[in-house]
Amino acid sequence: MASEDILTLKTSPSPRVLPRIPSIVLWIGAVALAWLVLAHFYRDTMSTLWAWAPLLAGGLRMNVLISVLAIAIGTVLGAIVGALELSRGRWIGAPAKAYVQVFRNAPILVLIFFATYVFPFEIRFGSTYLPFPDWIKATIGLALPASAHIAEIFRGAILSITSAQWEASASLGLSRSQTLRWVILPQCVKRVLPPWMNLYAMITMSTTLASLVGVTELLESAKNATNTVNRTDFTIIIYLAVLTLFFLYCYPITRFTARLERKYAFH
Amino acid sequence: MSESNASPERPPLVRLSQVHLSFGSNHVLKGIDLRVRQGDAVSIIGPSGSGKSTILRCINGLLTPERGEVVVGGTPVHSLRTEAERIALRKRIGFVFQQYNLFPHLTVLQNIVLAPTRILGLERETAEREARELLAKVRLADKDDAYPGQLSGGQQQRVAIARALAMRPDLVLFDEVTSALDPETVGEVLSVIRQLVEDGMTCLLVTHEMRFAEEVSHEIVFTEGGEIVEHGTPRDIFHAPRNPRTHAFINALRN
Repeated sequence: MASEDILTLKTSPSPRVLPRIPSIVLWIGAVALAWLVLAHFYRDTMSTLWAWAPLLAGGLRMNVLISVLAIAIGTVLGAIVGALELSRGRWIGAPAKAYVQVFRNAPILVLIFFATYVFPFEIRFGSTYLPFPDWIKATIGLALPASAHIAEIFRGAILSITSAQWEASASLGLSRSQTLRWVILPQCVKRVLPPWMNLYAMITMSTTLASLVGVTELLESAKNATNTVNRTDFTIIIYLAVLTLFFLYCYPITRFTARLERKYAFH
Repeated sequence: MSESNASPERPPLVRLSQVHLSFGSNHVLKGIDLRVRQGDAVSIIGPSGSGKSTILRCINGLLTPERGEVVVGGTPVHSLRTEAERIALRKRIGFVFQQYNLFPHLTVLQNIVLAPTRILGLERETAEREARELLAKVRLADKDDAYPGQLSGGQQQRVAIARALAMRPDLVLFDEVTSALDPETVGEVLSVIRQLVEDGMTCLLVTHEMRFAEEVSHEIVFTEGGEIVEHGTPRDIFHAPRNPRTHAFINALRN
């Protein structure tokens, strides 16, 4: 597209001596190198870590599961609340705005605690009892603030589309809701994507808070391992491993977001 | 042209009587009376801020006057209250904007068929065939797959005209459609409008292109300060204006 042509025009004049290596490759290479060095000097610690690796992998899987579910629930809820915020009716707009303010200004950890102790450990459907595990409660605790942030992201994106688009749609005989669905929201997707992915990275990192309500995710698994092994060198290396895993999961997301932001800067 | 078409017995398609509208303390329209007959091209001229665009927006119900009547083809626009009533009206009225206002996320063809398929309920094939015919008419037959951002201003404006015509309107409103264009692309848009007028489409234009207005219009309306100062045939308004304010405006443009 035209915007990419403009970008290449802007970046091409500086002649490069070295071939351009994407910074993501550099970063991941650097991390891998650091771990190779560690592995060389602390062979024993590393083999203990390796023994605990399956547990850590299981923990990380829980973080990914919670984060994906939380962002999914948050996105659906947030899109609805964001649209309601723009409603002309006072009885719809005001509660939506209140919802956003309440959950945007609540500490995530408090919401997770709240969700954990407010909901029962099982739900009764007639005569059957469905378990309501802690990790789902933690997911709700994360999804609520996520939905409030996403509502604001959507609201901002909708407002950023010029009113002329509404006028043009109305002139063609589109209703307000048709205009929102066919004209405004499709244009919002591009604008929403970068902040949405930023939020996803934030949510992913916040999933470690679930360890505080007893969810066996990565941080909790690491804590269990250090308590069992009880050696300082292992404690250091396992928390380094936890940080590394989060970095490797979240850094590509932030990089990709930055790329999208540049790509759509001209639209 | 104006003499041959100006048979007075044809009923007006658009009739405005004593239309008043204010934005806050700003009294924009102060009793507008206007008639556009079926098949006529009427141009509204006058200084900026004289309420020209506001008149057009009252005709398709984007704005509702505080007082007065707006009647389009038997529909009392001033008393429409629901969105459904306004939609029924707008389906019959094309509107072309100064800034084109194409949908940037849709291709040229998708821009044109959106409303015919979704609002008029035309079959997709029918709508696309008609869209291609319209694109040929505005001399953009090869641009159906382009996005608005890839077109020049003049090309975008011609797509906007095609999009308005795709709704098979009874009337097309043009709101300073060449004001945002480069001088060299103004001509291509004007020639499309000229063709429309020759085909008998009822057109109401707000324009600063005096030479063009004089050439295509059956009637010229001169507005200033929210009032219609004078109206008449192009020859009268441009060469023998009776009102001194019209005279001053025309003269200022000449010099």
